[in-house]
Parts: sequence; C-alpha cells; structure tokens
Amino acid sequence: MSSPTKLIAGLACALALTTGAFAGVKVGQPFPDLAGYALEGTLPAREGQVVLIDFWATWCAPCKASFPAYSELQRELAGRGFVLLAVSVDKTSGPYEEFIKRFAPSFTTVRDGKQKLVAEVQVPAMPTSYLIDRKGVLRAVHSGFHGAETIRSLREEIIRLLEEKP
Amino acid sequence: MKRNHLLILVLAGLAALFSGCATVHPWERATLADYAMRPDRDPLHNAMFEHIYFSREAASGGRGVGGSGCGCN
Repeated sequence: MSSPTKLIAGLACALALTTGAFAGVKVGQPFPDLAGYALEGTLPAREGQVVLIDFWATWCAPCKASFPAYSELQRELAGRGFVLLAVSVDKTSGPYEEFIKRFAPSFTTVRDGKQKLVAEVQVPAMPTSYLIDRKGVLRAVHSGFHGAETIRSLREEIIRLLEEKP
Repeated sequence: MKRNHLLILVLAGLAALFSGCATVHPWERATLADYAMRPDRDPLHNAMFEHIYFSREAASGGRGVGGSGCGCN
C-alpha cells in the first residue's frame, strides 16, 4: 500500500471512529442492562414491567420541574406493571442527595456518577426519558420536558404498552 | 506536485478532525448551568454595562435572554 493510500485509510478510520462514538440507543433496540453500569442506589425489579428511565440532573431546571408530574404518573400506574426510574447524571453526590431528601419522589432514583450509562445511551438533551416495553425493548424517546404535553403523550404510550400482551 | 496536493488535503482533514473544538454533551453541562455563568448575575455590573451600551449604541434593552448555559430542553 502506497503512502498516500495509507494516509487516506487512516483518515477514513478516524472519521468512522468519531461518528461511531455518537451511535446511542435506537428505538426498537434492547435498552442496555442497567446492572452493568455501577449505578449508585438500588435498582427496582424491572422483569416483565413497562419501564420509564428518565435521565436528569440537579443543575437542570426542566428536570426538576418534571418530578411532581412523574411522581403522579408513578402513583397512578405502578399497580399495573409500570416502573419509573430516574437516573441522575450528577457527578457529585451532595446536591443529588440534598434534592432527593427534600423532594422525596415516589419513584426510584439512582445516580450515574461516572456517567457511563448516559454516555452509552447518548441522551440528546436534559432531561430525556426512555420508554421500555415488558421485553426490555426501547419503544419511545422523549427529549426534554414540556409540561402537560410531555406527560399526556407519555401516559398514552405507557398505557398502550401496559395493554400489550406479553 | 500531485502528491503534495494530496498531502495538504489529508493534513487539512486531520487538522479539522483533531482541532481544539470539543463537543460538550448535554449531561456534561453542570458547570455551564451554574449561576456564576449567567451574564446577568451581578445587577450593578449589568446596569453599568447597559449604561455604556446605551451611550455607545444609542440603544438599550431588548437583549435579555434568560437562563444559563445548560442548554436544557
């Protein structure tokens, strides 16, 4: 292989690697197994459940604004096989623990302090929620939190998934 | 000559790929979202700056954008 050809091949590889780093998780694909990311906190039982995973942070105002509505959603649908899990991407535990203590959400929260899971998933904005069906397949992604509009859309999608036969 | 052109092209491509620009991912914006990053965090400085801006440009107001740099939502 000649020298310029080698250079071009190297350039192409570098470009491929760069673009590959932004792949993320796509709708229709299985969501990564949460147990493999050393999340701080206890994960809820998710087997055979419809799961909503919400990525949030204490420094993100819309994330915090979503908590009352998500608490309500969890209270309403928990008995039907729905689990809401909030994954904080805060690097430090102080603000996270303070917020959880103050707000005491009705759903489980864990912390991805090393930001491994969020980097794997490649969330497009903060907050972003991922709706996963009973088989562990990603079915919908909600980027950002837009109040009642987001909740209405999420609620409809969750109920549709809950009514699907396993 | 042709080889030199190719080399320049490849070097330009590499320079573009490995430049100092970095993407700050949405989950990495904690520092950008800090109150200290707000341009309007100091009311006195803000008023002085507005006064100078008005004196210089004969225009005031109309450029207030809320929030800091977390780029949320």
